[in-house]
Amino acid sequence: MSSVGQQAERAEGPDLPAASSQPAAGQRVTRSRRSALWAGIAAIVAVAVLAYLPYAVYSGTTNLLVDFFQLLIMASMWNLLAGYAGLVSVGQQAFIGLGAYFVVLFANHGISPFTAIPLATVLAGVVGLPVWWLVSRLRSGYFAITMWVIASVCMLIISQISSLGSGTGIALSGLTPNPTLLSADTYWATLAVTVLAIAAIYGLLRSRLGLVLTAIRDDETGARSIGGRVGSVQRLVFLVAAVGCGAAGALYAISQQFIVPTAAFSVTFSAEMIFITIIGGIGTIEGPIIGTVVFFVLQQTLSQDGTWYWIILGLVAIAVAIWAPRGIWGLITDRTGIKLFPVGYYLWPAGDDGRGRSRFALPKRDRQPTA
Amino acid sequence: MEWVNAIIQGLLTGGLYALFACGLSLMFGVMKVINLAHGDLAVVAAYLALGVVAITHVPTVWSFVLVVPIFGALGYVLQRTLLQSALNRSVLTTLLVTFGLSVVIENGLQQFLSANSKSLNIGSLVSDSFSIGSQITIAYLDLVILAVAVVILLGLQYFLSASRNGRMIRAVADDREAAQLSGIDYRHVFGIAAAIAFGTVALAGIAFGMYTQFDPTTGSSQLLLYAFEAVVIGGLGSLWGTLAGGILLGVAQQIGAQFHAADQILAGQLLFLAILVLRPRGITSRRELA
Repeated sequence: MSSVGQQAERAEGPDLPAASSQPAAGQRVTRSRRSALWAGIAAIVAVAVLAYLPYAVYSGTTNLLVDFFQLLIMASMWNLLAGYAGLVSVGQQAFIGLGAYFVVLFANHGISPFTAIPLATVLAGVVGLPVWWLVSRLRSGYFAITMWVIASVCMLIISQISSLGSGTGIALSGLTPNPTLLSADTYWATLAVTVLAIAAIYGLLRSRLGLVLTAIRDDETGARSIGGRVGSVQRLVFLVAAVGCGAAGALYAISQQFIVPTAAFSVTFSAEMIFITIIGGIGTIEGPIIGTVVFFVLQQTLSQDGTWYWIILGLVAIAVAIWAPRGIWGLITDRTGIKLFPVGYYLWPAGDDGRGRSRFALPKRDRQPTA
Repeated sequence: MEWVNAIIQGLLTGGLYALFACGLSLMFGVMKVINLAHGDLAVVAAYLALGVVAITHVPTVWSFVLVVPIFGALGYVLQRTLLQSALNRSVLTTLLVTFGLSVVIENGLQQFLSANSKSLNIGSLVSDSFSIGSQITIAYLDLVILAVAVVILLGLQYFLSASRNGRMIRAVADDREAAQLSGIDYRHVFGIAAAIAFGTVALAGIAFGMYTQFDPTTGSSQLLLYAFEAVVIGGLGSLWGTLAGGILLGVAQQIGAQFHAADQILAGQLLFLAILVLRPRGITSRRELA
C-alpha cells in the first residue's frame, strides 16, 4: 500500500484491500477515521434537533425545510445513479411525478396521504423494473434522453386520465384541515424519508456492493474486467433511485397539495438534481448535502429573478463540471482529508492504532529497524 | 381519405424532423456524445433569424444565408473550446455540460427576449397550398421544407463520402486513434462536424419558425426529443435512416392526432419506445454512417 494511513477509497488496481482478504501482519484495516465518529454524533444530534423543530419554530421555517429535504433526497438519488453507477438520467422526474400521482390515486380511494407515502414509494419501484428493462441496454446519452422521453410519456398519459385531474391538475384530498398539524406532519414525514434515504445510500455504499459501485464510478470498464457484476449493481441502484424519487414525489404531492402534470413531471427537477450534485461534489454522499445548501441559499436570495438564477447556476455547474469535477466537497476533502460518510477502507501500519495520528506523520514502518 | 391525408401530412413534417435529427446524429456518430442543447440551439437560430430580418430587412425566407454561416462558426468555436474541454474529461461531463448549456440558453432567451411566442413571418407563403382531390391539401412550405431536408441529407452524404473533410470525419468516427496516427488532428475534425451540425440545426430552427410558433422552452420540450426519436427510430448514424426515422415519427404523430389532439406527441413517443424494444438499432440497421 503506497499511501499508508490514507483512504484507499479509489479502486485502483490490485492494491485494493478487499473486504475478505487479510491485511499483512500487524497492519489494520478500518472503515473510518475519527472525523466520521464526530460526524455520526453530530448527525444524531442534528436529526434530534430537526425533529424537535416544529415545537420551536413557525411553520414557515419548517415548510422551507420541507422543500430543502425534498431537494436533498432527489439530489442524493441522482448522485447515486450518476455519481456511482455511471447512469446519467435526465428523466428522474418520471418517478417523482409518478410518486406524486400514486399518492393522489390512493387519496382518491380514501387512503390517508401519509399512509400512501410508503405505498407510492413501493409502486414507483415496481414501475422502475420494466423501465430498467427498457433502458438498461442504453449507454450515456441514449440512456439520458430515453429517460426524458419516458418521463414525457408518463406525463402525457396521466394528463389524459380525468380521475387524476387531466392536464389541469388535481387537489390532494384527505389531508387534515388543521394547517399547523399538517405542516408539522409533512415536515416529520419529509425528515424521516430524508434520513432513511441517506442511511440507505450510506449502507449500500458501505456494503460489498458499494465496493463495486465505487469501482464503477472510477472506471466502469475496469470494474467489469475485475469481475464486478456491473449490470446487476446498476439495476439495484436504478431501482433504489426510482424508489427514492418516488418517495420524494409523494412528499411533493403532500407539501404542494395541488399537483399539475407539467409541474410534477417537469425537467426542472432534473436540472435541480444535476446542478446540486455537480456543484456540491458528484460521487460523494456529502456532495449533494453541501450542494443543496448552496442551491437553497442561492434560491432564497435570488428568488425574485428566476431566470437569472438559472443562468448563473447553469454557468457555475458547467464551470465546475469542467474545471473542478469533484465539486465543493472535493475541494474541502482534498485540503482536510475529512470524510463525514466514509465508504472506503483505511490501511494502518503495524503499531498505529489509527487514532489521534495525523496523516502527515511519518509512517511508523519507516522508523522501525528492518530485519 | 382522412387517414391518407394524415399520412401525407406526417410525411411532410417528417422532413423537418429529419433536418433536426441529422445534426444530432452527426455529432453522435463522430464525437460519441449527445448534445442535450441541440433543440435550444434551433430555437436560438430562429430568434437570430428574427434579429437578422429586423436589422438587415432581407426577406425572412433568405435569413438563413446569414444565420447558417454564423451558426457554423459558432459550432466550430464552441466545439474547440467548451465542448472539447468537456470531452477531455469524459463523455459524462459532456452530457452534463450540454445540459447546463440548454438550461442557460433557455433562461437566457426568456430573460432577454421574453417568454412570448414568436414566429418567422413569411406572409402568405405559409398558407399557400394546392389540393389533390377534395380532402388533401398540401402546403408549398411543407413541400419546400421536405425538399430542403432531402437535399441537405443528400449533400451531407456526398460530402461525407467524397470530400477530403468528409473522409477525415469518417476516419475519426471509425477509429480516432488510427486517424490520429495518420496525421489527422481530431480536434479540428470534431470542430468541422460540429460546424455542420450547428449549420443544419440552424436551418431546421428557421424552417420550424416559419412553420409554426416557437418560444424559449420549445427547444428542450419538443425539438430535442423529436430529433432524438427520429435518430433512434431511423437507426444510429445512418443518414437515410434519419430521414426514414423523421418521416415515420411525423406519420405516427399525425395518425395519433387523428384519435385525439393530445395523442399527437404521445403516438410518436410510443413508436420510439416500441422501436427501442423491437429493433433497438433502428429500422435501418445497416452499416454506420460514419
